[in-house]
Amino acid sequence: MRVNLRPRSRDLACQQAVELVTGYLEDALSPAARRRFETHLAGCPHCTEYLAQMRATIKLTGELTPADLTPGMQAELIALYRRWKDEPRTE
Amino acid sequence: MELLARLRSGDEQAFIILVRRHHAAMLRLAGTFVPSFAVAEEVVQDTWLGVLRGISAFQGRSSVKTWLFRILVNRARTAGVRERRTVTLGEEPAVDPVRFDQAGQWASPPQHWAEDADDRMQAAKVADRIRSAIEDLPPRQRQVVTLRDLDGLGSADVCSILQISAANQRVLLHRGRSRLRQLIETEFGRI
Repeated sequence: MRVNLRPRSRDLACQQAVELVTGYLEDALSPAARRRFETHLAGCPHCTEYLAQMRATIKLTGELTPADLTPGMQAELIALYRRWKDEPRTE
Repeated sequence: MELLARLRSGDEQAFIILVRRHHAAMLRLAGTFVPSFAVAEEVVQDTWLGVLRGISAFQGRSSVKTWLFRILVNRARTAGVRERRTVTLGEEPAVDPVRFDQAGQWASPPQHWAEDADDRMQAAKVADRIRSAIEDLPPRQRQVVTLRDLDGLGSADVCSILQISAANQRVLLHRGRSRLRQLIETEFGRI
């Protein structure tokens, strides 16, 4: 049994919808929850914009590249590799 | 697998390729566990040594990247001082409650993000702000966001690397992404 905290039981409030965004994008909502979320989006331009912003956030985050490997670090790692190669093998 | 076979047979070039491919992302991930860049560097070096010593143990059940990251996380957790092992998942709304009215409808709705936000100067500035916002995330959120959205790993791999449940992974991802969206919104409002 579901407890309804909202005036109209089948409608999501925007404040609830924003909490479902990740579940929606992860395809982790139940079919019923997904339907309710999509129904809400269809009638709510603000939450549609919110979802677009979450997608844009993921895209912008994904564009960050890690710092380049410095020549010094690469040299250290090659030295490490050579030390390992010279280690006595037990196998 | 071929790269690993070359590595096992003592091909230094194979090691260099592996390092070039993964080292920077490993350093970035290590940084989410330990308090300084210097410690993160040590952890990653230690990881590479562990990788070489354990190379014959790699079974190929996961991708090389996932395998490397798992070894890294084990070592980083040992070295890390910031992390609490348990995930405390208290209330943390995705959007500040003051932006909704009493019925939970938007009172202060999100404004449309301009498409011209990829102006070069502006993009660089936003990237810098996102980078520092990620650094400011609580460690568990930062780890999940880094692996999912920066490294592009799937949720199953991330659960396996961090040893967390799918549900926790999702909550951490949701909170991390929500905070970043908020930050970008503030940033765009300022431009």
